[in-house]
Amino acid sequence: MQAQATYNYKVVRQFAVMTVIWGIVGMLVGVIIAAQLVWPQLNVVEYLSYGRLRPLHTNAVIFAFGGCALFATSYFAVQRTSHAPLFAPGLAAFTFWGWQLIIVLAAVSLPLGITSGKEYAELEWPIDILITLVWVSYAIVFFGTIIKRTVSHIYVANWFFGGFILTVAVLHLVNSAAVPVTLFKSYSAYAGVQDAMVQWWYGHNAVGFFLTAGFLGMMYYFVPKQADRPIYSYRLSVVHFWALIFTYMWAGPHHLHYTALPDWTQSLGMVFSLILLAPSWGGMINGIMTLSGAWHKLRDDPILKFMITSLSFYGMSTFEGPMMSIKTVNALSHYTDWTVGHVHSGALGWVAMISIGCIYYLLPRLFGKAQMHSVKAIEVHFWVATIGIVLYIASMWIAGVMQGLMWRATNPDGTLTYSFVESVKATYPFWTIRLLGGVLFLAGMLIMAWNMFKTIAGGQAVNAPVLQPAAAH
Amino acid sequence: MIMSDFVSGFWNIYVFGITLVSILGCGVFLWLQGTAKHVEGQTTGHVWDETLEEYSNPLPNWWRWLFYLTILFSLFYLAMYPGLGSFEGQYKWSSTGQYDKEVQKADSQYGPIYQKFLKQDVPVVAASGEAKEMGQRLFVTYCAQCHGSDAGGVKGFPNLTDKDWLYGGTPEKIKESITNGRNAMMPAKGVKPDLSADEIKDLANYVRSLSGLAADSIRTQRGKELFAVACAACHGPEGKGNEGVAPNLADKVWLYGSSEATIIETTTNGRVNRMPAFGEFLGEAKVHLLAAYVYGLGGGVVPAAPVATMEAPAAAAAPAGAQ
Repeated sequence: MQAQATYNYKVVRQFAVMTVIWGIVGMLVGVIIAAQLVWPQLNVVEYLSYGRLRPLHTNAVIFAFGGCALFATSYFAVQRTSHAPLFAPGLAAFTFWGWQLIIVLAAVSLPLGITSGKEYAELEWPIDILITLVWVSYAIVFFGTIIKRTVSHIYVANWFFGGFILTVAVLHLVNSAAVPVTLFKSYSAYAGVQDAMVQWWYGHNAVGFFLTAGFLGMMYYFVPKQADRPIYSYRLSVVHFWALIFTYMWAGPHHLHYTALPDWTQSLGMVFSLILLAPSWGGMINGIMTLSGAWHKLRDDPILKFMITSLSFYGMSTFEGPMMSIKTVNALSHYTDWTVGHVHSGALGWVAMISIGCIYYLLPRLFGKAQMHSVKAIEVHFWVATIGIVLYIASMWIAGVMQGLMWRATNPDGTLTYSFVESVKATYPFWTIRLLGGVLFLAGMLIMAWNMFKTIAGGQAVNAPVLQPAAAH
Repeated sequence: MIMSDFVSGFWNIYVFGITLVSILGCGVFLWLQGTAKHVEGQTTGHVWDETLEEYSNPLPNWWRWLFYLTILFSLFYLAMYPGLGSFEGQYKWSSTGQYDKEVQKADSQYGPIYQKFLKQDVPVVAASGEAKEMGQRLFVTYCAQCHGSDAGGVKGFPNLTDKDWLYGGTPEKIKESITNGRNAMMPAKGVKPDLSADEIKDLANYVRSLSGLAADSIRTQRGKELFAVACAACHGPEGKGNEGVAPNLADKVWLYGSSEATIIETTTNGRVNRMPAFGEFLGEAKVHLLAAYVYGLGGGVVPAAPVATMEAPAAAAAPAGAQ
C-alpha cells in the first residue's frame, strides 16, 4: 500500500485553476473601479457603483485570488516536504468548496450593500462563521499533514504557512466579533477608537500574515525548486521568521497616525514598523541570494523571472512601508493615492507575481506535462504584467505626492491654495495611466488563462507517488 | 498632561515593560543568532522533496547592522517621544500640543490680515479685491461642498448668487446664517394633515400656476381653496412667502424642483433641511469675510436702505428675501 500511495493533487488542482479564474474576476473589478474614477458616469446603478465594487475588488483579489493561491501552494508544498499525503482529504475537499461558497456569497452580498463596514473584513457575520469553519478545517488538514510527516525536520516553507494559518484564525476571530441584529446586519463588539485599533491591528496583520507570511511560504518552496538551488541561509530564515511574526503584530497603529488613537500607541506602531524593515528584507535576501550562482537561468526561464521580480517588489514595498509609517512622512502620504500605489506594489508586484510564478510551476506537474503549453506566452505575460505594474505604481506615487502637497499648500493669508476638487481634477491624468496599467495586468492574466486551458486540454490529471525521504547525510 | 488613557497604574507599567522587553528581546535574539555556529558554503544536511536544501550561511553583516540600527533608533525615539506607557518623552511632545502650537502660530501670523477686514462693514469688504480673493478661497474650502464652487447651488442647497434669500440677504442676516446655521422644516401636508393624494395634486397644480407654470385649470381652482387652509399660514395668502418662515412659491426659484411630481413629494412628505453653524469653527473674522464674499456674489441686499426691490423670487424652502 505504501508503494501505491500518491499525493493528493486533486484539491491542489482545484485551487490552482480557481486562482487564475478569481484573479481575472478580481482584477476585472479593479479595472472597472479604476475606470469609474476616470469616468464617474460609469457609476450606473447602486449595485455596481464604486463604493460597492471597491470592497468586492479587495475581497476578490486578496481572499479569492490570493486565498486560492495560498491553499493550492500550501497543500502542494506541505505534502511534498512532509513526504506524506494530505491529512483528512475529505476536510481538504470541504475547504475547497467552502472557500468557493464564501467567495460567491461575497460577490453577491457586497454589491447588495450588505457589509459590516470593516475594511478587508466587510463580510457579514453568517459568512464570517463559514470562514471560521473552513479555516479551522484548513488548519486541521495542514497541521495534520505536518504531524504525519515522515521526515524529522519541518521545512521552512511550512513554518511560514503554519504561522499564516494560525495568525489569520486569531485575527479573523477577534476582529469579526460582532453582535448580530438580523441575518444581514451586525454591530462590532468594539466601539470608537478601540474598534479602530482592533480593525487596523487586523488590517495590518492581514497584510503581514495573509499577504506576506503565507506568500513567503510559497517563496521558500517554489523559488529553490525552480532555481534548483539550496536556500541561501538557514540561519537567516530562522531569524527573519521569528522577528517577522513577532514585530508585525505591533505595527497596526501606523494606519491611525494623527487620529484619536493615543500618542503612545501611535509611537509604538511607528517604531515597530521600522524594526520590521530588516525582518521583512530577510525573506527577500534569502530568496534572491538563493539564485546567486545561477543568475543565467533568469535569461530563459520566465517563471523564475516572475519569482525574482516579485521578490524585488517585495523588498521595495517593505522598504516603503516602514518609511510611510514615520509620522512626518505619513502626514504627507496618508489618505492620498500614494497609499494605493504602495498597496499595489505589494499586491501586484509581490503577491500576484509570486502566485503567478508558482501556479505556472504547478500546472504542468498537476496535469502530467513537462511544461506549460506555451513558454513563450509566459514570457509575454511577464513583460505585460511588469509594464502594467510600473505604470500603475509610478502614476500613483506621483498622484499621491501631488495630492499631499496640494492639500497642505497655503496662501500668504493662511487659506488653502487648492480646494479639494482641484486636487481631484489634477489627478485625472494619473488615474488614466493607472487604468492602463491595470488593463495590462489583467491582459496578462487572460494570457495565463488561455495557456492554462491549453495545458489542461493537452494533459490529464495526475497524482504523483509519495516519495521516500532522502536518507540524512 | 499625564496619560488619561490608563484606567490604572498597572497598564502603564505593563505597556512600559512589554515594549522594552520586546525591543531589547529582538536585539538579544539577533545577537545570539548572529553568533550561532555556521559553516559557510555547506548545507545543513537536511533534504526535503528530493532537492530542497539549505546552506548554513551566516546572517549577512549589513543586514544584521540594519536590524541593530532600527532597534537603536526605536530606543532613542521612545526616550524622546511618548510611547512607553505614560512616559512623556524628553521632548514633551504631544499631538494636541503640536496642534495648539500650530494654531497659535497661524493665528498670530494671519490674524492681523483678518482683523483688518473685521473692522470694516460687509459692503466695504465686499468691494475689496483682496478680501474677495480670500473669501473665495474660504468659500471653496468650507462651503463649496454643498453650494458648489460657483455658489450656484444644487437641489436642496440654495443658490447664493441670486437675489432670492430664504433668511435674508442683508449683511447681518448672511452673517447670522453662517454663524448659527439654519434649520428648516416644512411639515408634511402643511397644517392640514388629512389632505388626500388627490387634494395634494390639486395643490401642486395651484402652486405651479402661481409662477405661471402649466397647470390643470380645474385642479388649480380646487387647489386654491385648499391652499388657503393648508399652506397660507406660512406661505402667505398669495404664496409669496415669508422671510425666515417659508419660501416664496410665486417666483421662478425652486430649491427642490418645480415639477408636479416634486411638488407632490414635497407636500406629501414635507422637507427637513439644515445649514450647519460655522461660527465656533471658523471664528468671527473668517465668517465676516465669507459673509462679504457671499454678499458680493450679486444678491446682497443693501442694509436698511429701501431699495426698490422687485419682488425677489422665492424658492421652495423659505421665502424670498426681498425687503
